[in-house]
Amino acid sequence: MQARTDASDTAPKWPDDIFATLQRFDVRQVPYVPDAGHSKLIQRVLTSSTMRGIPLTTEEEGVALLAGAWTGGQRGVLLMQSSGVGNCINMLSLIPILRFPFLTLVTMRGEWGEFNPWQVPMGSTTQGVFELSGIKVLRASNAAEVPAVLEAAAAQAYNALTPTAVLLSQRLIGAKVFTK
Amino acid sequence: MSKANLLDRRQVVSALLADRKDVVAIGGLGASTNDITAAGDHARNFYLWGGMGGAAMIGLGLAIAQPKLPVLVITGDGEMLMGMGSLATIGLQKPSNLSIVVLDNEAYGETGGQTSHTSAAADLVGVARACGIADSRAISTMAEVEGFAKAVHHLSAGPRFANVKIDSANVERILPSRDGTYIVNRIRGDLGFQPI
Repeated sequence: MQARTDASDTAPKWPDDIFATLQRFDVRQVPYVPDAGHSKLIQRVLTSSTMRGIPLTTEEEGVALLAGAWTGGQRGVLLMQSSGVGNCINMLSLIPILRFPFLTLVTMRGEWGEFNPWQVPMGSTTQGVFELSGIKVLRASNAAEVPAVLEAAAAQAYNALTPTAVLLSQRLIGAKVFTK
Repeated sequence: MSKANLLDRRQVVSALLADRKDVVAIGGLGASTNDITAAGDHARNFYLWGGMGGAAMIGLGLAIAQPKLPVLVITGDGEMLMGMGSLATIGLQKPSNLSIVVLDNEAYGETGGQTSHTSAAADLVGVARACGIADSRAISTMAEVEGFAKAVHHLSAGPRFANVKIDSANVERILPSRDGTYIVNRIRGDLGFQPI
């Protein structure tokens, strides 16, 4: 049995804020690896008439997919969890080489009350991995700042071709709890 | 080692692109990108020099963005093995305008010819079919290559996958541009997109 203290039960509004921003920036392709923190946003995307949600088998597929999307004239955003960032590292090299607009929204694990030690190594290096890969990092730690952070991230990614990752902190999402 | 009766990679790729019309062609990291170049540099060629395993997914993103254009990924067995999960992603999305050809020489030709999994165990046609790509073919003759080249233009019948057993002989390297931004922007320009 598992239960979550967050999120889907109490219906946070911030995923709707993210969806609205993505819609305003004409995002069309939304590759994702399923993740509890992103579950409401994924649901919005899958019921959207303008966005296409594309489930992946591994996060690096999403980086290559977005390169192809841009070549074909569409914007996209990659949704993943901090542990998935490690799966992307070599594929992230496409971003500076091809110079396509890259935006990813990363739900964080391995911080703020994490109960699972296996999430900590990747969670605590996520920001460093992005920065070493030439990707700017912005963070949202509470629901109130999500709209402004998303607006800034999307603007610099799509308008200034500045690859950007938004880390949605575990404090925002709520720490995952397993109970017997 | 070259085996008898296997197809010549350059002939295969030349046949695939001989009457390409509006096809966007994506080469995989390695010799397949050189093969596409050898068939003739083209504004709609996407040459991959890195990001191994990404060719099929670049094709998927492009195919979704441009559903009226035939998108053809031509890659090698090593590159396809690295991105094998992408066949499951493509099988789920079912982009009807996407075709994937694997030039399968059962070896990593770029790095000294080490044998690949397809030489003894992995059946990529079986993988593609089991991932939901119903039109998955094993190709061993030029007539079948030419048939596949025609099918690439049928926008309502994909996705399709072909594994072509080719000779493992090394051929002359014909290198395209290494400037990724140029390559992508040239395709975008040809599709009518302005620079930002």
